Amino acid sequence: MQPTFSSSRILLPVRPWFIFLSLIGAAVLNFLPTAHWPGMPDWVALVLCFWSVREFRRVGMGWGFVLGLLMDVADGAVLGQHCFAYVLLAYTASSLSRRILWFPLAQQALQIMPLLIGTQIIQALMRLAVGADFPGWGYFIGPFVATLLWIPATFVLLLPQYRPVEQDPNRPI
Amino acid sequence: MAGMDHAPPPFFKRGPAPLALLTFYIAVSLAIFVVDLRFKSLELLRQSIALIVDPVQRVAQTPGSLVDYAGQYLQGMRSLQLENEELKHAKLTTAPDLQRLAQLEVENTRLRKLLDVKEREKANGQVAQIMYTARDPFSRKVIVDKGQQADIAAGLPAIDEAGVVGQVTRVFPFSAEITLITDKDQVVPVQVVRTGQRSVVFGLGNGQLELRYMPANADIQVGDLLVTSGLDDIYLPGFPVAKVVNIERDSAYSFARIFCVPIAGVENFGEVMILAQRQARPERPPESGSRAAANDGQRVKKKRMPKN
Repeated sequence: MQPTFSSSRILLPVRPWFIFLSLIGAAVLNFLPTAHWPGMPDWVALVLCFWSVREFRRVGMGWGFVLGLLMDVADGAVLGQHCFAYVLLAYTASSLSRRILWFPLAQQALQIMPLLIGTQIIQALMRLAVGADFPGWGYFIGPFVATLLWIPATFVLLLPQYRPVEQDPNRPI
Repeated sequence: MAGMDHAPPPFFKRGPAPLALLTFYIAVSLAIFVVDLRFKSLELLRQSIALIVDPVQRVAQTPGSLVDYAGQYLQGMRSLQLENEELKHAKLTTAPDLQRLAQLEVENTRLRKLLDVKEREKANGQVAQIMYTARDPFSRKVIVDKGQQADIAAGLPAIDEAGVVGQVTRVFPFSAEITLITDKDQVVPVQVVRTGQRSVVFGLGNGQLELRYMPANADIQVGDLLVTSGLDDIYLPGFPVAKVVNIERDSAYSFARIFCVPIAGVENFGEVMILAQRQARPERPPESGSRAAANDGQRVKKKRMPKN
């Protein structure tokens, strides 16, 4: 696979432990005290969406469900709230994967945006339907920030898969 | 939808079709959503997941608390001295009341005994440190560092130095979740100090509280203090809860809208005291069954009913 459709560089196959590590890392980022700042993105949603688009055979609804449970417990939210949203996110992202990867990064981000906003809206609707309080519009800024982060996230999460540009054929290993 | 290989060749075993998986996961998510919300029977699942998540969360909170600690450390001697002086002064001003408190308590007990009134319950509990606020933006909850190991149970009230903060709603092995009184639909039974009128305050979710179901002509003023009435098995009577800040009287509605602000530092970080379980109260008198044999007390109760 290439980093973008127009690139001539071929990526190494992804390492499963790196996917695992990045998802756990995203969860830890969500646990940081910064999560209360307005406009902080939902890191788990972003990384889950990324891997669902890139590696839909490895990361999908199952991961979405498990991470959703973790986030529900960590947030003190109603169990099943994040599960539902993440499972839907993983499904749509992997369904659209082949299409999304045919666009340059900026346009990919534009296509990801509705998915991330949808994740947030679904959670809000679920809670509002059972009588929670409206959290304020700041709650919906997160997905827009996450959209802007799509390009750096792609770069960072693909880093371990890049080959060195200049390869030494006589390297001992 | 082309990317998902909806119909894989039969010689590659690829598990259930994505749509079937999606249906399954969504059904499970919705099921646990409803069960958790309505029947609260998934606490064991929550506690076991919390066993894994809780340590990670504590570690993730460490940098923040380190910064806080460093900030306090660097605050300087001057401000500490000032604070110390203020505290000494405050202690001196409250000394006359406090010194006589022991004697007053004894006297009160004796008088109550003379009057055959049940003894006033003593409040005791344990101090817990607030670790962080729960991330859920739809509710107002904080997590404290004591849990089942310290005999904290769901339902216990939490106070700080000024008044009622909230109520323990979930308990994990090493931590507990306190729902603040400002959380939406968190209810505290209260009494207006000035008039003795009883009511309940509801959290509004925006940092304020509302005193509901008070008639539009009720005797209540801005600045009135609300304390717990003790008419429940949770809060002891007499803890300050809120202060009335705004009253909207509209003759179109039969109830006044009365807004209050909490007295305790509900949104502050710090320490709270989780009070111990109240002593068992005498059983309620039997209801409708024995109404035919109405004695005096029940007749009075009946008369009041239609008013509500």
